[in-house]
Amino acid sequence: MATVPENASHGCPGLESTDAGRASACAGCPNQSICSSGAVGSQEDAAAQLVAERLKEVHTKILVLSGKGGVGKSTFTAMLARTLADKYSEQNFGVLDLDICGPSQPRMLGVQDEQVHQSGSGWSPVYIEDNLSLMSIGFLLSSPDDAIIWRGPKKNGMIRQFLSEVDWGTLDVLLMDTPPGTSDEHLSSVSYLKPTTGKVGAIIVTTPQEVSLLDVRKEISFCKKMKIPILGVVENMAIFECGKCKKSSEIFPAKTGGAKAMCKEMEVEFLGSLPLDPLITQKCDSGSTFAGIKESALVVLSQICEKIESYKNN
Amino acid sequence: MLNNVKHVVLVLSGKGGVGKSTISTQLALALKEVGYQVGLLDIDLCGPSVPYLLGIEGSEVYQCEGGWVPVYTDSTKRLAVMSIGFLLKNRNDAVIWRGPKKTAMIRQFLNDVAWEELDYLIIDTPPGTSDEHITVMECMREVKCDGAVIVTTSQKVALEDVRKEITFCKKTNINIIGLVENMSGFVCPHCDDCTNIFSSEGGASLASVAGIPLLGTLPIDPKVGELAGKCTSVFSALPESRTAKIFHEIIDRITNK
Repeated sequence: MATVPENASHGCPGLESTDAGRASACAGCPNQSICSSGAVGSQEDAAAQLVAERLKEVHTKILVLSGKGGVGKSTFTAMLARTLADKYSEQNFGVLDLDICGPSQPRMLGVQDEQVHQSGSGWSPVYIEDNLSLMSIGFLLSSPDDAIIWRGPKKNGMIRQFLSEVDWGTLDVLLMDTPPGTSDEHLSSVSYLKPTTGKVGAIIVTTPQEVSLLDVRKEISFCKKMKIPILGVVENMAIFECGKCKKSSEIFPAKTGGAKAMCKEMEVEFLGSLPLDPLITQKCDSGSTFAGIKESALVVLSQICEKIESYKNN
Repeated sequence: MLNNVKHVVLVLSGKGGVGKSTISTQLALALKEVGYQVGLLDIDLCGPSVPYLLGIEGSEVYQCEGGWVPVYTDSTKRLAVMSIGFLLKNRNDAVIWRGPKKTAMIRQFLNDVAWEELDYLIIDTPPGTSDEHITVMECMREVKCDGAVIVTTSQKVALEDVRKEITFCKKTNINIIGLVENMSGFVCPHCDDCTNIFSSEGGASLASVAGIPLLGTLPIDPKVGELAGKCTSVFSALPESRTAKIFHEIIDRITNK
């Protein structure tokens, strides 16, 4: 049976055909140049090539990962994206939400009622700032109650589409927010990103307790196995300062030394700690900018931006 | 499948890190404490937390004629536990599996564990509405399942995912026993002022909108967090706490008292 890419023109002769890229139906198909080059073997190779072609203008791809859920991957991604866009206003940034079953980015970036539009050049992402755009499955759901009840292969198809069909334009950095775990979403995105030009890296988010660190160690093992460079580990929800008496408490106590000790043990860089600040959770719920949050958080975010900038340029 | 099990209770949430595993282990310990024979099955394959939370990491599962022998938390053998964590050689090892392999493992957990007679089997799940959940839901058609306890925090970002999980249960005809709102409010140990770090009352309003019972609202209590790794029920360690009181109510609801 002929393999036909999802975005192919009507009348596609199929990837295996000797007419691939040359048939009359191929004129105007986004895949024409790849098909006519004859480099396409199987459907998976074709998909990987489509991704590589689409992400040619996207320089650095950063995966935000954590083995554990609810540690703040999406919050951190949103904060980092906004800080990057603000700090390097001459550069362009994108956020891709790979959490298919629980997309949080549309709310956190304040665009949950927006919709994406399809054009000849692909899906147009939603713009949060002039230099910051977002794509998420959240934009494709008709109601917040809609559940995506999909097994792995269907999720992988969606991720392939997100990576190969979103018209990001030229991006300096694309941040990718992921669901917890080391399964389909992670394997698919990594295997599609591997053949792309430019750089790929990972930032890992954890909270200080052992129950989180336990899963995060697994994620670090995943990155090492997949040969994804780890820029470092961010510790979130580290210290809570009471708004009334200003004294600090450890809500999620680091009984085993926290992220710092784990970083040493696993030989990865420690990027800093973000406090548990009720204002951050409020801003995530309302989707507003992160102005006014604790100074210590802003300093850590700024340092991580610089880290990404130097990773990108070296 | 699960022929010797009288009641099955799922612990679900669309969102990660809201306390599913903590609530699963405390439910299991509480049911054991009030006299039931209990099993706890952890189907979070990529991030199994149950062995750590119960302080039984490093225990081994072995084969017998009837299948895999679960790990018992003590010599009374009243709480049996099964998790992929027991099958990993090293605690840093990652289980890098796609859906079909996860599905096969969960089917094996449901078919091949020699639970013996159980009054209650609690099933702790990973976040989401994907392979693990679809598999369990399919298996629950063959077994009598009491229903699901859904866990959330009060933040909008969590509630949004939990609404999806409620839709999942409704679409797949899983009875919802009720909603537990976790991490609602933190009382400063220095000045007793209560801060709603993750907002408050979101769970109550979701329960009323979705038409499901609110089983209780649990505060952030670092003393409960400290029970991680100790295999101790809040009933015996912190009998006067608000958490213990609410767990009594949840247990009453589950056991229909």
